[in-house]
Amino acid sequence: MRPSRHFDVVVIGAGVAGLTAATRLAQSGARVCVLAKGVGSTHLAPGLVDVLGYDPERVSSPSEALPSFLDAHPEHPYATIGLDGIGAALEWFGRVVDAGPHPSYRYVGDLSHNHVLPTALGAKRPSALVPETFAQGELVARRGTSSGPICVVGMRVLRDLHASLCAANLERDGVAARGVQLEVDVGRAEANSLGLARCMDDPKFRATFAAQLLPLLHADERVGLPAILGLRDPHGAWSELERRLGHAVFEIPTLPPAASGIRVYDALRAALRAAGGRLVIGASVVDVEREGDRVTAVRAHTSGHDHVYGARWVVLATGGFTSGAIELGSDWHARETALGLPLRGLPGEGEPRYGGDYFGEQPMARVGVAVDSSLLADGTSNVLVAGAALPGAEPWREGSGDGIALSSGLFAARTVLEREGATAAA
Amino acid sequence: MSDVNPITEALGHELLRSSLDHCVKCTICETVCPVSNVTPLFPGPKYAGPQAERYRIAGVPSLESSVDYCSGCGLCTMHCPQGVQIAELNAHARRVVKDEAGVKFRDRVISRPTVVGRLGHPVAPLANFTLGFGPARVLAERVLGIHRKAALPKFAGRRFSTWAKRHQGPANGRKILYFHNCGTEYYEPDVGEKVVAVLEHNGFRVEIPKQDCCGLPLQSNGLFDDARKYVLKQARIFAPLARDGTLIVGNATSCTLMFKREAREILGLEDDPDLELVSRQTYDICELLLEMHDAGELKTDFQPVHETVAYHAPCQQQGHWIGKPAMELLALIPGIDLREMDAKCCGIAGTYGLKLEKYDIGMAVGADLFGQVEAAGAGVVACDSETCRWQIEHATGRPSKHPVELLYQAYGLG
Repeated sequence: MRPSRHFDVVVIGAGVAGLTAATRLAQSGARVCVLAKGVGSTHLAPGLVDVLGYDPERVSSPSEALPSFLDAHPEHPYATIGLDGIGAALEWFGRVVDAGPHPSYRYVGDLSHNHVLPTALGAKRPSALVPETFAQGELVARRGTSSGPICVVGMRVLRDLHASLCAANLERDGVAARGVQLEVDVGRAEANSLGLARCMDDPKFRATFAAQLLPLLHADERVGLPAILGLRDPHGAWSELERRLGHAVFEIPTLPPAASGIRVYDALRAALRAAGGRLVIGASVVDVEREGDRVTAVRAHTSGHDHVYGARWVVLATGGFTSGAIELGSDWHARETALGLPLRGLPGEGEPRYGGDYFGEQPMARVGVAVDSSLLADGTSNVLVAGAALPGAEPWREGSGDGIALSSGLFAARTVLEREGATAAA
Repeated sequence: MSDVNPITEALGHELLRSSLDHCVKCTICETVCPVSNVTPLFPGPKYAGPQAERYRIAGVPSLESSVDYCSGCGLCTMHCPQGVQIAELNAHARRVVKDEAGVKFRDRVISRPTVVGRLGHPVAPLANFTLGFGPARVLAERVLGIHRKAALPKFAGRRFSTWAKRHQGPANGRKILYFHNCGTEYYEPDVGEKVVAVLEHNGFRVEIPKQDCCGLPLQSNGLFDDARKYVLKQARIFAPLARDGTLIVGNATSCTLMFKREAREILGLEDDPDLELVSRQTYDICELLLEMHDAGELKTDFQPVHETVAYHAPCQQQGHWIGKPAMELLALIPGIDLREMDAKCCGIAGTYGLKLEKYDIGMAVGADLFGQVEAAGAGVVACDSETCRWQIEHATGRPSKHPVELLYQAYGLG
């Protein structure tokens, strides 16, 4: 297996963790190539950066809750990354979006408090860093935040947000809300939120949409739309609707695909490209070459002949069970599929693997690739792990998915830079 | 000798179907489908692929025919994180729909570029006049169903293979086999000449075997049996010459993808040893040159090219799953103002956008790209596939070139 391409770093996986690590490294001048079997969770999740939402009760301030959380969860990725590392990741991501392809679009928030925003079902979602287009949906009154009753806007063509259901659940939770149904013509019988987001990129559609919605609104209402405010210019679409309606407007996440998540992918990809990084989608890593404890090359399955990528460093950011990065066989044998790295957190022989409560503690959920305190994979000296491949977390119960992805991606990049700096200095 | 083996095709189809279980209905394929994005006539890759596939049973009539509106671009398969072969399954479903309805005479004609080429080439001036003559195009639209405005290429009036026979290459150098495709043969022989010049400049001795169509247009028009004959004919020509490790290089990314992967997967030819060898040893020209550059073997004696160049990666280029090597090669040229286009597809998809009932869809698909080209103020649009280049020129009025043409210019080989 003779590598025909050589990189300082090969990153496997094009989700938030992989793109973050790759972009940060490329920004420091490293030759970086991202290999990914497909695109990742950015296209499915709404792009809200949850850092710590529950511990186990809803967290109002991550910076206050994290110190005791880290003490209680020494195996959690955050325990390695630390509060400063998480804060730095949020700031870095904010700068990426500021410099990104969406004019004037930005994220708001930090670790000091969680926004509490409505979900499509009218539940409350705590999130530290959110797009400006979501922020007016704040459900917990604080100084400087929007208040006032909420008008949730549904559309017959969109089956992924039922306005009256969302509003009724908000009401049950003490938030004044009502739902309205809008008839919009999108040229087809039904559309998902991505289809509507593409419509919203068109100024004519925005004007018609606002004209239809305006008569349905009551004074002082905030307008909750499904997350459809465009892919090209979400800030422009959002501020134009606010201006035309004379009401505060915010997005509510719906089912996948997620237009607001695709904006995250587009922003990170633009930053990677601007920094000179390569991105190869469609190439799955199927084999690896080692010299002692170093991975020296990875083989990617591509059309025709495979491509072999030589690398000084490898960052594994392939995700967990849901993305197929970790597999559990019918013989209960679990394995990491790309590089065959050892796992941590597997329940022992005879121990429970799953709990009866679907949303309760699930022992298998904390399984991930075994790493040391630098996020180096066990048994290797140059493979770092980031994102959902890491062990010790339960992102969906903690409300911590993108927080872990961003901060571990940045942390992995920092480890590489520190070690390379040490090598250069030596 | 019959190369058609129905058992192999059925097994190949079953192999594709085995990827269905990996579909988690995540909708990522729908986010990248250029066609369903612009028309309700195609309900999208997830619906037409993994979902509808469960209701398709061999020998039972198709329930609906919307899959005919799939352009076969393959972006769904490329972006699927679970490895579902959506586009390949849809190619099979489309073939069944076409079988049931009967493949149109038009599709039988436009899917045979070498036949069209052989007929048009000797009468190139007349053929070109006819192709550019409004009333003739209206007639062609009425009789054949080829849209009167569709981007049809002009016959060059000379054939690449004639040039190749006379061409005196270097006596020594690393041997390489060149698959030049039908577009180069009949319409753009100058592109082939530049490919040869760039390869020779980098120390290759280029051999150009007598060759024919790769079969891709037949495959995408549902004519699998004919496609199989064409692609295997090429495999029988190239495999013996490549058995000693000699690489095969092509400049049409669609045709090289046919060799690399599509014919094997879609036509059920995984077991053909000749095609397997050809698949393994085929390179896209930019893939090859970038690999040489990464190994420090590519000459970089480039002169500046002061031009704003928009680069569009065709769908079938992306289907190689190798990134965008052309972008990185062009970036080596001093003075170039290179802009990467971020649109999904130009809308032509081989023969798709020529068809009367699909022309408007193709133009709507391409609108994003055309807008980006305008916004970039590009003097030239670089693109690896000839049908895409013709579509881009037709829609934007700006010249479109193969990336190798720009390298040729920068090398000062003209």
